[in-house]
Amino acid sequence: MAKVIMTADDSASVRQMVTFTLKQGGYDVVEAVDGKDALQKLSTTKVDMLITDLNMPNLDGIGLIKGARALASCKFIPIVMLTTESQDSKKQEGKAAGATGWIVKPFKPEQLMAVVKKVLG
Amino acid sequence: MMDLHRQAFKEEAYELLAELESSLLELEERPDDQDLIGRVFRAMHTIKGSGSMFGFDDIASFTHEVETVFDMVRNGKLSVTSRLVNLTLAARDQIRAMLDAADSGAEADLQASAAIIVGLRELAGFGGGVAETDERHEEALVQQKDPVTYRIRFVPPRDIFVTGTNPLNLLAEMKELGTCTVVAQTDGFPPLEEMDPEGCYVYWDVILTTDQGENAVRDIFIFVEDDCELKIDVVAEHSRYDEQQDYKKLGEILLERGDITPQEMKEVLSRQRRFGELAVAEGILPEGKVQSALAEQKHVKEVRQEKQVADASSSIRVPAERLDLLVNLVGEMVTVQARLSQTAAQRDDAELMAIAEEVERLTAELRDSALNIRMLPIGSTFSKFKRLVRDLSAELGKQIEMTTEGAETELDKTVIEKLNDPLVHLIRNSIDHGIELPEVREAAGKPARGTVHLAAVHSGDSVLITIADDGAGLDKEAIRTKGIERGIIPANAELSEKELFCLIFAPGFSTAKTVSSVSGRGVGMDVVKRAIENLRGSIDITSVRGQGTRITVKIPLTLAIIESLLVKIGDDSFMMPLALVDECVELTREDVARSHGRNLAHVREHLVPYIPLRRHFKISGAPPEIEQIVITQVDGMRVGFVVDHVIGEHQTVIKSLGRAYKDTEGISGATILGDGSVALILDIPQLVQAVETEQN
Repeated sequence: MAKVIMTADDSASVRQMVTFTLKQGGYDVVEAVDGKDALQKLSTTKVDMLITDLNMPNLDGIGLIKGARALASCKFIPIVMLTTESQDSKKQEGKAAGATGWIVKPFKPEQLMAVVKKVLG
Repeated sequence: MMDLHRQAFKEEAYELLAELESSLLELEERPDDQDLIGRVFRAMHTIKGSGSMFGFDDIASFTHEVETVFDMVRNGKLSVTSRLVNLTLAARDQIRAMLDAADSGAEADLQASAAIIVGLRELAGFGGGVAETDERHEEALVQQKDPVTYRIRFVPPRDIFVTGTNPLNLLAEMKELGTCTVVAQTDGFPPLEEMDPEGCYVYWDVILTTDQGENAVRDIFIFVEDDCELKIDVVAEHSRYDEQQDYKKLGEILLERGDITPQEMKEVLSRQRRFGELAVAEGILPEGKVQSALAEQKHVKEVRQEKQVADASSSIRVPAERLDLLVNLVGEMVTVQARLSQTAAQRDDAELMAIAEEVERLTAELRDSALNIRMLPIGSTFSKFKRLVRDLSAELGKQIEMTTEGAETELDKTVIEKLNDPLVHLIRNSIDHGIELPEVREAAGKPARGTVHLAAVHSGDSVLITIADDGAGLDKEAIRTKGIERGIIPANAELSEKELFCLIFAPGFSTAKTVSSVSGRGVGMDVVKRAIENLRGSIDITSVRGQGTRITVKIPLTLAIIESLLVKIGDDSFMMPLALVDECVELTREDVARSHGRNLAHVREHLVPYIPLRRHFKISGAPPEIEQIVITQVDGMRVGFVVDHVIGEHQTVIKSLGRAYKDTEGISGATILGDGSVALILDIPQLVQAVETEQN
């Protein structure tokens, strides 16, 4: 069975690209439009990995990571955050919240796949 | 694919810009509204991030500037003024203009961008001037060529699992880098009752030999290097083996690692037992540490041995002429060997026979390996053409499938290389001029999808490469008109079909009405023909209007040794390529009489046409009572050749005929038999064709 990856991003084009790339790589994808939406979906859907943006309305990426780690089903899954280079402090904050790693925006599809492969094994 | 994403981004960006505008207008009313400031920042941030991801670099770098200023607003370092709102609105309009410009391919007004940035920077208080855009780091990572062995100690933080990191994945990644020995260290385990089941108590010693360099190793740990203990040391550089004669002793390794002090080592060494055992027995070292060091010792030893084996079996480059010479000599040798075998058989000398057999075996091996050095299957070239067909059909809006046959057919490497360009051109022609657009095909009652068939087959001392399409076929009238127009043929010329088709090889000849991007690049069929002729090959076209065109390229191997069937007619010997031979049957005088002068033989209830070679080659003398028919398969058709006797299978060294005989029909080469006499090699396909033409 294909592994399920959630992408949480308020940018439809980024979601589209991430989804497209992951599906090409043989993964199933669940999309969430912001942190709140993601957390809601996580409570009912089992995912193997989470890729989240940091800046999102309603609930940002840090809040989502904290919330996800508090869920039993997401305690040990890899969580990768999308950051920009200017957000080094956010990277630390994200890690403290329980993020596994990060992808610096902008990124190319193959970079995304490399990170997914790296953390998901 | 990228276009789709770009389009999605643009739609989204327009939406975001609309939202940005209304947020900014509201912000002017309520300059302290943090929520609004957040919305403006997020909109900008998304446009920047996605913009550069989808190739809108100008938009990204411009928006970056605006975002930087708004980040200050967000952090309370800058307050919202009407000047800021004005500038930001101007920036918003500028982004929109850039988006619009991206569609039409026009350049957005760079000066306007610069003016806005200067204004914003002044406002933010960090000087004027247009900011330089972030420079992307060049990934100029030079690959290290020589393998290096690293000793890596990776001690993950106890809580590594709660960040979703699986250390086993990291170890697996290291295994992908090269030869890897992993030793798990378990001396950190607490008593069971104190153990946190979610904690990680194991750490790892890894000995890794890789040619990817230390950075590649560090990259594996990129997400965890801040939190874990990671030590990477170079154990051995394998390019400098010669300088490192000895393997490191166990004690030295432990000492280097800092796992033991020199005093401790000295103490232990003073007792004459195996050092590792002693150290563990003495409780100076946990078992795992010794195991790890031993593993390193073993690893380095193995890698070094592998390297030595690899060094020994590495390839060498040799000039092609030397190989030609070798192959020529082997050819001579095969001939001499045949003679030796024949002589030995005649002498009836057991000892000589034994020697001859030995020489025969060795020669066969020598022949195979000498030839193998230069022969490559044509398949890799074929698969390249698949891509060509795919791209071209997409470009021209045609549906084309490419089928191949005989990809395993081996050809001399240099021949394959030189064949590439002519074949590319021929395939292009088939696709561009031959295969019709799907609608046209359907209207003509053909499947919408056209086929280009590419086939290679050995034929005597040649390889036949066929490019056949099921397209429109050649338009004889158009060719004739064009030929007269160009003054290549006189207006009243009576040309056979074959002669007409040959006209397309004339320089500057093209029947295409318009010059497309595919053909008409100034490279004509004349260039193809010259390239083939330079390989001493020939090119042949058959075409049926509305049904397709078949182009056959015949390329001789300069020298090849093939399995063939030796036959005799009178005193003359002939060779027939065994690959084409199906079976041999007898032909009696009664059979001939029964078929009433038609050259047809009954073979298991099937009629097989045959060619009486004695008559065909006008060899004098009477045929024997019972003749033999060698039945061959050419283009899926069974055709027999009547000969006097079938002698048997033979290894044939092909010698090409001299220039004077190069146009001889039906003969593709010659060989020297064991008794020194010459046998001609029959060009079966050409013979079949010649007889067909004769009958027509």
